[in-house]
Amino acid sequence: MLRLEARPEPSRAMMVASPLIAAAAMLVTGSILFRFLGQEPLHAFYVYFVLPVTSAYGLGELLLKATPLVLCGVGLALGFRASVWNIGADGQLTMGAVAAGCVALYFQDVESHWVLPLMLLAGALGGMLWAAIPALLRTRFNTSEILVSLMLVYVAYLFLSYTVHGPLRDPDGYNFPQSKMFSDSALLPLLFEGLRVNLAFVLALVLVAGAWFFCSRSFAGYRMQVSGMAPAAAAYAGFGETRNVWLAFMISGATAGLAGVGEVAGPIGQLQPAIPGGYGFAAIIVAYVGRLHPLGVLLAALLMSLLYIGGESAQMELQLPSAITGLFQGLLLFYLLAADLFIHYRFKPRLREAPVAAAKPAEEGV
Amino acid sequence: MNAPAPPGGTPPRLQLTGISKIYPSVVANDKVNLTVQAGEIHAVLGENGAGKSTLMKIIYGVTHPDAGEVFWEGRPVHIESPRAARKLGIGMVFQHFSLFETLTVAENISLAMDEKAAPAALAPRIKQVSEDYGLPVDPMRLVHSMSVGERQRVEIVRCLLQQPKLLIMDEPTSVLTPQAVLKLFESLRRLAAEGCSILYISHKLDEIQALCDQATVLRAGRLSGTARPKQETPRSLAELMIGKELPVCHLEPRPTAEVRLALRKLNLNSDDPFGTALKDLDLEVRSGEIVGIAGISGNGQQELLKALSGEARLADPAALQIMGQDAGGLDPAARRERGLCFVPEERLGRGAVPDLSLADNALLTGYVPQYGTGMVRRGLVQRAAVTDFARKVIERFNVKCGGAGAAAGSLSGGNLQKFIVGRETLLAPKLMVVAQPTWGVDIGASMLIRQAIIDLRDAGVAVLVLSEELEELFMMSDRIAVLADGRLSQAVPIASTSVNQIGIWMSGTFAASADGGAHHAQA
Repeated sequence: MLRLEARPEPSRAMMVASPLIAAAAMLVTGSILFRFLGQEPLHAFYVYFVLPVTSAYGLGELLLKATPLVLCGVGLALGFRASVWNIGADGQLTMGAVAAGCVALYFQDVESHWVLPLMLLAGALGGMLWAAIPALLRTRFNTSEILVSLMLVYVAYLFLSYTVHGPLRDPDGYNFPQSKMFSDSALLPLLFEGLRVNLAFVLALVLVAGAWFFCSRSFAGYRMQVSGMAPAAAAYAGFGETRNVWLAFMISGATAGLAGVGEVAGPIGQLQPAIPGGYGFAAIIVAYVGRLHPLGVLLAALLMSLLYIGGESAQMELQLPSAITGLFQGLLLFYLLAADLFIHYRFKPRLREAPVAAAKPAEEGV
Repeated sequence: MNAPAPPGGTPPRLQLTGISKIYPSVVANDKVNLTVQAGEIHAVLGENGAGKSTLMKIIYGVTHPDAGEVFWEGRPVHIESPRAARKLGIGMVFQHFSLFETLTVAENISLAMDEKAAPAALAPRIKQVSEDYGLPVDPMRLVHSMSVGERQRVEIVRCLLQQPKLLIMDEPTSVLTPQAVLKLFESLRRLAAEGCSILYISHKLDEIQALCDQATVLRAGRLSGTARPKQETPRSLAELMIGKELPVCHLEPRPTAEVRLALRKLNLNSDDPFGTALKDLDLEVRSGEIVGIAGISGNGQQELLKALSGEARLADPAALQIMGQDAGGLDPAARRERGLCFVPEERLGRGAVPDLSLADNALLTGYVPQYGTGMVRRGLVQRAAVTDFARKVIERFNVKCGGAGAAAGSLSGGNLQKFIVGRETLLAPKLMVVAQPTWGVDIGASMLIRQAIIDLRDAGVAVLVLSEELEELFMMSDRIAVLADGRLSQAVPIASTSVNQIGIWMSGTFAASADGGAHHAQA
């Protein structure tokens, strides 16, 4: 029997290796799964993980899907480092999309370069506003930000649904619950002719660099890190908890809001009853697979994006159900959490056989 | 190794031979031998981290040795669990009690007994045993209403009910007043006279000399010697314990100047339901003096520390004044801006972040612009300044570590405390508050830390030290006060008081207000 024992200090090697181990374990489990689904595992893997990125169009789709994951993931990672658990990025994304949509529809007939920046601003503010609710409740009434932010996701979904069924519905849209298509000046410019990836990806890269700088150089980043690692030390040093919670929610709310803008001003081009994807939830996995590090988040978002488009490819080529995407995402997180155990623990080999005898002279004593 | 059976004589009650216990980061016991005779009070002496507690846990079956043998009355045994140990006749009184506060004494004891016995049936036995050994406890009393000393009696009585042949006491006096210690010793002597062996763990030399027949001394996990304490001097015992000549620190009288810290009728309710509220605390600490606050933990120490650091704000801003200005409503950062530096009692997780490097831990409090360290400019961390500062602390305070990049959690307790005291010292405080300066720190490092605090005072800093170690406070304070049950005695000059006097105050008997013999010291 192997036993676990605590490592004297956390293993840095495991910290890096853990996501790779998790990815490998996901592939192994996946091949067993494919076998049971009656697929040839190697071919299925090819279809799932290679085929989607063999064309320029596929690569463009990879970056397109990665964009909201990077945006949400970077913000969440900063918050998670500070032990502020914003689970509601999907709601903040939705509200960012609604806010940006309102701006786009208001300036429907205006041809100006100012419409897009205004939409980005509105989207960030929308996300921050939605994130402010759990932040306020947590700092004023000590509520659990996990529950509040999660529940607000569904409120945000319903609010979006209300707007497209009501005030923002396209009057010429045959009663379909969707807004008018945005004008060209309210759409993010494409990066390459013929690909759908747009300027939001560049914005995401800039935010990754900014977040990296924030974490490694700024004193505010240091304060958040200390608050996350040792709350008592933060209190001792005079880093207020209130400021920490607000900062974490404002950052992650703003980036999630921007992700929402990227969706409605990008591939969707209008407001619909639901922003598909659940990127705000997937970004939680992205943040952790990326070790809460901005550069790691970028790589993890690309991996997660591949899972998304690979899932679509598998649906089309192999007639596998769409649930396959969620399954792979779940496997990845599951194995990651399992592998993370070995950052702080290791197997202890049994050197000698366990002493079997209990206290032998049992007739002694009381 | 053979079972020791001296021809003709009775075998020793307990004998350990070649016991080793290896943890991933440290060798806790290295081939330790220990022999305890029947009816003997046997001291196990050693500094913090010398391996005493591990050895006791092995005897009590809490952990198992990696090598070595245990003989009980001459026969080899494997003590698999505490239950097996109790079955052999081994009882242990832990340093930290495990009592349910909301239950009565009899209910607590009933829960802890191996054989099932109803509280009501146990009550007369508890009364009998406790009176026989001079440890009076009322079996029907609720534990939450009892003092720490009384709770300890409950734990001892619990062990005595099992009629132990060996009683292990782990640092039993750390929570007792000097008077309660004497009473405990009487009971232990009576117990030993009846043939029960006692293993007495401590690092307090005077107690061991007063109580114990034999001593086994551990140093860094190894057996460093055995001695008859009554034939040794405290000095020779200490040298056995730390292996070199004792360093000393010097305190020369010097004039004091202006008041830098003042408590004026400070009141604070504890946010912990089992905490102690502070009631009308009055105190002044002047530039160039060290004021010591004695008292046993749990008498308002946590609350006072939080009130001083700013982790708890006071309703009345004037109740706490720093450098002559009201500071009761300020947060920790604002108090530091006024010249306060603070060494908390908890090193890992409060005084330092375990997973961060020493350099990053220097930034933890060094960021305050008024300290002039230049660690933060325009919101950005200045790496070079931070690392320089950490290196200076490491060098000046002889912190043994892998450099400024080493994680704080990788340091030993003593070295981390040197780093924290050093950090706060080099930030050039005007007012320094130090809690438990040498808790769990070996004697060598203790002396260095005490001397550093005395040097601060000589440089004109006002210093407040909270400690459970009376000896330490008498060594380094100009004046001393006692915090008991949330009330603070007046601060009297060291020269005009005695350990005995302070001991009586520690049990809560003192006039809280003015007109004491040494009030002139505050004028």
